[in-house]
Amino acid sequence: MITALLVSLAGGLGAATRFGVDGAIRARLSASYPWGTTVINISGSLLLGILTSVALGPLLPPTLQVVVGAGFLGGYTTFSTASVETLRLAQQRRWAGAAANAVGMLISAVAAAAVGWWIGTLL
Amino acid sequence: MTLAGPSLVFVGGTVGTASRYILTTVTPQWFGVPFATLGINVVGALLLGLLLELLALRGPDRGRFRAVRLLLGTGFLGGFTTYSALAVDTDNLLRSGHILEAAAYAVITVVLGVAGAIAGMVLAHRLAGEPGPGNEPQDAGTA
Repeated sequence: MITALLVSLAGGLGAATRFGVDGAIRARLSASYPWGTTVINISGSLLLGILTSVALGPLLPPTLQVVVGAGFLGGYTTFSTASVETLRLAQQRRWAGAAANAVGMLISAVAAAAVGWWIGTLL
Repeated sequence: MTLAGPSLVFVGGTVGTASRYILTTVTPQWFGVPFATLGINVVGALLLGLLLELLALRGPDRGRFRAVRLLLGTGFLGGFTTYSALAVDTDNLLRSGHILEAAAYAVITVVLGVAGAIAGMVLAHRLAGEPGPGNEPQDAGTA
């Protein structure tokens, strides 16, 4: 019960962090491609990869793993926004952009998770 | 507005994460991947398509409309759905030698996510009694 509460609050914090990071990236990079969500989802996948790998060792208490992983990083990354942004690129007939946002983000995020896992084994 | 935005996202994100956490804990797993994650991501994409299109049909992204978008869209649905779990669960499947399962899980999720967003957008037009969504650019930043 206490774990569920901590996971939820960490998720709220992750979502607020996403809001801040997305805003900061939008202010700096071109608004015509969803770089904010791209950076957020790839960095979140890298961090969850590290966390999942480190959690196999004795360094990390299981509760902390769930609070940071399912909570903070789950709330930080988002699938719904990525899907809608892919659709918007397609509506603008920007097929390369839509493909990059769907397939490119997926491959990059899985690769980031794999790199994160490898980094975690070194810790 | 400077403080209201992040706090709306925080509240929505907390409830969205709680919903995802409960669903992934109570549903069975498939090769170590919670079944619920796929359903959560697809349903979340559909609901976000529906919400954003309903808001866009009603008026500009200001005041109460913006507050609803931040609470329910960026907050709740952003926290409900997850990309990091999709990536790490796919990587786990790959590392355990389940190559086909990994590819199927990742590709089906992404395809159904876009299909869900389309369905949500079409549903918004039905609910609003408007003709179907047009092909006009929606992002004001791309003019």
